[in-house]
Amino acid sequence: MKFSLEWLRWFLDTSASATEMAEALNRIGLEVDALEDPAEKLAGFRVAEVLAAAPHPQADRLQVLSVSLGEGEPLQVVCGASNARAGMKGVLGLPGAVVPANGMELRKSAIRGVESNGMMCSVRELQLGDEHEGIIELPGDAPVGASFAQWRGASPVFDVAITPNRPDCMGVQGIARDLAAAGIGTLKPRATEPVPGSFACPVAIRIEDEEGCPAFYGRVIRGVRNGASPEWMQQRLIAAGQRPISALVDVTNYLMLAFGRPAHVYDLAKLSGAMVARRAREGEQVLALNGKSYTLNDSMTVIADEVQVHDIAGIMGGEHSGVTEATSDVLLEIAYFAPERIGATGRRLGLASDARTRFERGVDPAFLDEGLEILTALILRICGGEASEVVRAGSPPSEPRRIAYDPALAERLGGVAIEEPEQRRILEALGFAVSPDWQVTAPRRRHDIEGPADIVEEVVRINGLDRVASVPLPRVDGVARPTATPQQALERRLRRAAAARGLHEAVTWSFLPQAQAEAFAPAEGALWVLENPISEEMKAMRPSLLPGLLAAAGRNRDRGVAGLRLLEIGRRYLRASDGTSDERPTLGLLLAGEKQPRGWADGRANGFDAFDAKAEALALLHEAGAPVEKLQVMGPDAAGPGPQFHPGQSATLRLGPKLVLARFGALHPRVLEAFDVEGPVVAAELFLDALPERKGGGFARPPHSPPALQAVTRDFAFLVPADLPAGELARAVRGADKANIVDARIFDRFDGPGVPEGQVSLAVEVVLQPGAASFTEADLRGITERIVVTAGKLGAVLRG
Amino acid sequence: MSTDNLEPIAREARNLIANARGLAELEAARVALLGKQGSISALLKTLGAMSPEERQASAPAIQALRQEVADALGQRRMAMEAAALDERLAAETLDLSLPAPERPQGSVHPVSQVMEELAEIFADLGFSVATGPEIEDDWYNFSALNMPESHPARAMHDTFYFPDPAPAIDGQAPGRMLLRTHTSPVQVRTMLGTLDRQPGGAPVRIIAPGRVYRSDSDATHTPMFHQVEGLVIDRDIHLGHLKWTLQTFLAAFFERDDLVLRLRPSYFPFTEPSVEVDVGFALQGGPAGKVRVLGGSGDAPGHGWMELLGSGMVNARVLEMSGFDPNAWQGFAFGVGVDRLAMLKYGMDDLRAFFDGDGRWLRHYGFSAFDQPTLSGGVGARR
Repeated sequence: MKFSLEWLRWFLDTSASATEMAEALNRIGLEVDALEDPAEKLAGFRVAEVLAAAPHPQADRLQVLSVSLGEGEPLQVVCGASNARAGMKGVLGLPGAVVPANGMELRKSAIRGVESNGMMCSVRELQLGDEHEGIIELPGDAPVGASFAQWRGASPVFDVAITPNRPDCMGVQGIARDLAAAGIGTLKPRATEPVPGSFACPVAIRIEDEEGCPAFYGRVIRGVRNGASPEWMQQRLIAAGQRPISALVDVTNYLMLAFGRPAHVYDLAKLSGAMVARRAREGEQVLALNGKSYTLNDSMTVIADEVQVHDIAGIMGGEHSGVTEATSDVLLEIAYFAPERIGATGRRLGLASDARTRFERGVDPAFLDEGLEILTALILRICGGEASEVVRAGSPPSEPRRIAYDPALAERLGGVAIEEPEQRRILEALGFAVSPDWQVTAPRRRHDIEGPADIVEEVVRINGLDRVASVPLPRVDGVARPTATPQQALERRLRRAAAARGLHEAVTWSFLPQAQAEAFAPAEGALWVLENPISEEMKAMRPSLLPGLLAAAGRNRDRGVAGLRLLEIGRRYLRASDGTSDERPTLGLLLAGEKQPRGWADGRANGFDAFDAKAEALALLHEAGAPVEKLQVMGPDAAGPGPQFHPGQSATLRLGPKLVLARFGALHPRVLEAFDVEGPVVAAELFLDALPERKGGGFARPPHSPPALQAVTRDFAFLVPADLPAGELARAVRGADKANIVDARIFDRFDGPGVPEGQVSLAVEVVLQPGAASFTEADLRGITERIVVTAGKLGAVLRG
Repeated sequence: MSTDNLEPIAREARNLIANARGLAELEAARVALLGKQGSISALLKTLGAMSPEERQASAPAIQALRQEVADALGQRRMAMEAAALDERLAAETLDLSLPAPERPQGSVHPVSQVMEELAEIFADLGFSVATGPEIEDDWYNFSALNMPESHPARAMHDTFYFPDPAPAIDGQAPGRMLLRTHTSPVQVRTMLGTLDRQPGGAPVRIIAPGRVYRSDSDATHTPMFHQVEGLVIDRDIHLGHLKWTLQTFLAAFFERDDLVLRLRPSYFPFTEPSVEVDVGFALQGGPAGKVRVLGGSGDAPGHGWMELLGSGMVNARVLEMSGFDPNAWQGFAFGVGVDRLAMLKYGMDDLRAFFDGDGRWLRHYGFSAFDQPTLSGGVGARR
């Protein structure tokens, strides 16, 4: 909401400066976005008199003026305007002044060889209007040499952000009222003299949609002249950011900006029959004043005559009955529309207007008659004419809102003790009625006042939030306990563990191009796809963290980043069986490009492979407290890792056959191609939701004394079928004699000469831990036997 | 044998030792002198055939010679070994200006870092951390926060919607699924959640960090960003407590005692009274010209106010819809942008870069794994 200081002062009697007012407005909740002083923009522009005008010796269209500022020698100024002539007064921009319209700084210069000491300005150059034919002509009494801004009375302009609860402040009067309550001046009394009608209103008005339009008042004015509105009104409108159009239009805008009260003026000649507030008919069309055509439906309220719709009620008038220069008779409309209806219609049509903004927030239901009188008086004064009697249909909602208020609540809720008389003063200044026993009645324009807390807000904001003392929160009893949930603690731990392992944590968009989301969608359950995405790139919620990381890898590669280790901890968005959101905590990591750059020691750079992804997955699962030693490397199968991965270089990590804790491996070349990323790229995804819950437990570790006797190492080489996963052999060996074997590790894999076709040789290092006594030869023979027998069940044969 | 006869033997021995080239020749010399057949050994053997008198006369010289030879051999060996070691080490010289193998260095994203910092600060004030879904239904995101269907404030939220209907809640028309536009629905979920434990209401003190979404995109807005919500409900919590809490939290977060807050009345449907909070900053000349440095009153010359967060006393209707008796319980709520806090504290200037995953940006603006915020070590990570 923009308005000039001059307009504000028309409502408010005050000696406060614009800056003081701005501070007060901020203090009471009317946030000042900007306070602009046009005098600053017009600095360096002065009222000047043209003493003489002579043709330019080198250019036909230019004149050389001798211009006086009243003091000193007259200045020589070159000017191209045809209306420049001796004896006229205009506006001279001196060197150093900046032309508001184009930001150019004026300089002393030579124009076609003739010195020029400034510029005589047009209306448009000073951003005072669109007029650009010729230079400004000032009246003869303009004081030569004076600052143009000062002479013109250019007033500072406030731009105030009005919160949606305060439609009453979407007019200058409302702002003045709040300021007066806050001690900035006094509100000027304003009496509206009703204009008696001299004839019966020739147009009948009717309401058929009482829900959408509870009240519709109107009157006709005959014999108006719709020329330009007067200068004072234009100045106020321009300062408010409203372009003057014609007197009749300007007057309605003036009423809206001064009092927050939209109204409409119809060209009576274009109407036929009674004007009716009714529901639109399905598919009914109207060409609105913005030049666009709208198709309406029966959820919307319109004002229509017997032939057509003339107004999308409370939002925008129709082009057909809009006033023109030729208009001589008008129908004024001032109505009360249901805020919900206006909001819904505006949203459905995607149509915003100043009127809608006010109606959907709620205009003052007690201001219909007065508004109509003010409008009438302004039109009669500016456009002449003769007013009819007022006709009224319906009545605006009028139930007063009485609230039982306890003045002690200001302190209990607002934290500041305010004397009762002061509370009463504040409320009354804002137009509230306060009974002796603190029954508070809000003015009807204050739709936002619903309960005692709203009254506390009024009192506290006008009294000043700076007077609310800061009071420490009482400390919570007892000893500090962790405030994070186990899930949050887990995520923090993983994040830092990963960072320590060399991964960079990224935060990528939750939404993806639909194709990318689909490429990573689980087999079951549909994606979450936005109805109104901001772009196709951000349309579907990610079902996995990998596509976002992969896209980031592509961007990094394009920027020449050679090796990338990315991590993200966030949610993947699935659907529960009942269709609700199922957001699962997930860790994704991706390794792309060079694992190790070229080095002086080993020459070539080496890339990542699936084992790097496995190493990260296992390390992080271990950090997450998963029983890593019990995990099985399984798949590919129905449970994973999924078609996004290289079928021969990927697997899942599972606890038991079905519980998948993670998937990892090289990504499928086709996926890389779709993301335009060069491979190989390896990745892992940890399903944090699948982690077994950690058993509570205390702080103490289970008792442990390091064994007194040294562990013994024995090596075994087996020939195994080539398709036997080595991990299974190690697992089997580890389990062959649980009492004695503490570890079994594959340390060699060989399938060259000497190994039969279809087989590989796997060497296993087995660590045996003696208990109280050292192993005897017989013990070791027994253990070896058990190992060989167990391995044999997998088809492994001890090599000779 | 007279000692005079020893001199040639001694001279020969000395020559032999001195002329030995390398350890092998030295060993040969030792064998030739002190070995079983060695010349010195032969001399020693002559002692056995001597009379005691002769032996007494000759032995000391012979023994001395043997000792001298043995010492000389030892010294020569040590010298030779030292030289050989020096030679070997000289050959093993490494150019240590060459790079050592490096372990990759990772980093923690600023958003995570700041969220952990906030959790740490608020833990000290007794706030737990709560979470809620990001794909919400409009009852939690709007209606329960006193923004019914037709509320103009809804339009200001630039909401992302899904075509899916929300599950019906008793007595309510089924709404729509959407991406939460703020973390405030967690307030409602938290309050409703406490009712299972304590019907009618219970004290609540939480922060709720998380991703939020608005259909808005320019240099300072991204369609996804992060917020932290705070909620305190108790018997007699008032605006003064809100003021103290925000002041305390911001001073702790920015580690500045000179932060000045300006509270301005504002409007949010879910709070009443509502308060917007500005923080004072100074414009200081930097390499880029003007840098905003938090601290001091915004009214001082060369200073200004920056809008930082929204807050207020929880609206009685919100309490009611969350199952709390508004006559018995009251409290405050606030919401603040995490990305914004991160930018103000750590100096990033482009919000969009937060979500790009650029390795170079992450390396520069990310944090070490060991920058874990703690109260004792400092919640902020200094350069």
